[in-house]
Amino acid sequence: MTATTPPGFKNPIIRWIDHRLPMFTYMHHELHEYPTPKNLNYMWNFGSLAGFMLVAMIATGIILAMHYTPNAGLAFDSVEHIMRDVNYGWMLRYIHMNGATMFFIVVYIHIFRGLYYGSYKAPRELLWLLGVLIYLLMMATAFMGYVLPWGQMSFWGATVITNLFSAIPWVGEHIVTWLWGGFAVDNPTLNRFFSLHYLLPFIIVGVVILHIIALHRFGSNNPLGIDVKGKQDSIPFHPYYTVKDGFGLGVFLIFYACIVFFAPNLFGEPDNYIPANPLATPAEIVPEWYFLPYYAILRSIPNKLAGVIAMFGAIVLLALVPWLDRSPVKSARFRPVYRYFFWLLLGDCFLLGYCGAHPPEGWYVVAARLGALYYYLHFLVIFPLLALFERPLPLPRSISEPVLKGGGVAATAAARALPMEKA
Amino acid sequence: MRRPVLAFLTAALIGAGASAAARAEEIVLPQKHWSFEGIFGTYDRAAVQRGFQVYKEICSACHSMNLVHYRDLQAIGFSEDQVKQIAASVQVTDGPNDAGEMFERPGKPSDPFKAPFPNENAARAANNGALPPDLSLMYKARKGGADYTYGILTGYGEPPAGATVAEGMNYDKYFPGHQIAMPPPLSDGAVTYADGTKATVDQMAFDVSNFLAWTAEPKLEARHLIGVKTVLFLIVLTALLYGVKRKIWAAVH
Repeated sequence: MTATTPPGFKNPIIRWIDHRLPMFTYMHHELHEYPTPKNLNYMWNFGSLAGFMLVAMIATGIILAMHYTPNAGLAFDSVEHIMRDVNYGWMLRYIHMNGATMFFIVVYIHIFRGLYYGSYKAPRELLWLLGVLIYLLMMATAFMGYVLPWGQMSFWGATVITNLFSAIPWVGEHIVTWLWGGFAVDNPTLNRFFSLHYLLPFIIVGVVILHIIALHRFGSNNPLGIDVKGKQDSIPFHPYYTVKDGFGLGVFLIFYACIVFFAPNLFGEPDNYIPANPLATPAEIVPEWYFLPYYAILRSIPNKLAGVIAMFGAIVLLALVPWLDRSPVKSARFRPVYRYFFWLLLGDCFLLGYCGAHPPEGWYVVAARLGALYYYLHFLVIFPLLALFERPLPLPRSISEPVLKGGGVAATAAARALPMEKA
Repeated sequence: MRRPVLAFLTAALIGAGASAAARAEEIVLPQKHWSFEGIFGTYDRAAVQRGFQVYKEICSACHSMNLVHYRDLQAIGFSEDQVKQIAASVQVTDGPNDAGEMFERPGKPSDPFKAPFPNENAARAANNGALPPDLSLMYKARKGGADYTYGILTGYGEPPAGATVAEGMNYDKYFPGHQIAMPPPLSDGAVTYADGTKATVDQMAFDVSNFLAWTAEPKLEARHLIGVKTVLFLIVLTALLYGVKRKIWAAVH
């Protein structure tokens, strides 16, 4: 990643600084000339959108923290103070509150894009692992952020989720008491959640930097899932992808703005506008939508410990994908069978989310169990089996000449040879 | 392999749909038209002011509204003098003074709405053990929003055959569980509107629901206005970016 040729900056101040601290050379190298496959489609916009959301959340969050009071007796009213008395406080808060939703929408599309195009395969396994780590940190951050307004759902959500740790044999109860800082969710819990909610985003920034370093090692995967073969296959990141990402950001911001300004409470629960009351349990305790599939998996198993293991296992499986999927072909475009299972997994996640949003009774339980079963089958059985039995389609020879007559034959033979060797 | 899984999922989906229909009776709230709905929605000042009168003369006997200040009333069309007058009509406890004693004084625009009870226990003691909730955020704190508050206020009536209502409770067809501790608060002519509007239960419920929407979302009008401007700006910006993108990429395609 060291700069090969000095870009030759004209401004003498920049040259002076760059000679001593080569940050401009570095930026030029990583953001300007960084070679990128020329065939990336709009699914590749979501990485930069996630980066934008991280910055937007930190910026609005820092200002909100100037007006927020992390005290069980004052937190709820301080959020309403932001909504009513702070200049544009309502806007900051609605941007931040819905920003969590937007961040997760973007990241879920980013993850499923990776799954569809096999972006996790060698040599990008660590890139994928760092992504899963970011996702985990995001979930922790979002959960603790949801607790801060100290409404009914904040309080009871925190109670339910922290209680999951009590399922751990022997030490579970002690861990929960330690997490709470007492014998119930109370002021000490709120205080530490606020502190950690402020800390974790900066840890995410650190992991994102590692994620980008790992990405820039081999560059982006692409819709064909084949390697860049030479200069003709790639274009510099700037201006091509900066402008494409800019356009994508514009479309995304229109959607985001419509939610913030016209339906800011669409993704929220009305109960969270009722101040936390430890003596009154809400009729239904529902987590934020982005946790619903996991919530469904948790509740689909009648044993608490097994449920908790199944839930966390669902995330662990995601981390193991690079080693569960043994097929040498990356892109689902050339995997005629995997392609269908991909959509099935996506549908399964929606089904689980739907079940998670409803009380665990009647058919919801059955559907959630089938959904959880399929989720595990998909990762543990279907992924490994597909590598053995699927016949991939012929791969194009290069990005520049996709599916030319004759060009595909050699590649087809190569692609077919690998699975057969294994079988 | 694929077919059985699909069949399972289809069966599960159909089952889920069927059970949703069979679940405990869903309360269908009345669907009123509210002026503040939609992206250009604004508050109907007259209705919100009438709703404030209903709140002041009826609801505030039991329900607090701790998050709203008298000064906020200027936003719904009251003049500064009117607000001072409204605030001064209540006595609030302030202090301690130089002698270390609490004292009573007329309310000021900077005071929050005066609560009917000094604490929760007093509120429960006066209401048969039930706590009248604070109304500041009621519009946002219940599914259905203004339709819900309107429904509750107009949903009182005789319980249908077979329905039992506990001692001290009242039947309301729109309240979850149908048993509400609050006795019917509105009756025709309970307030006299200055603008000559006929104070029917329906009208008062409509007006006070408008008022409660405003107390919960006092910045809604600014939000809608800024939202429309923001989205228009973003559409133009995005169109320009699309043009630039097409131009830059023209050579690549």
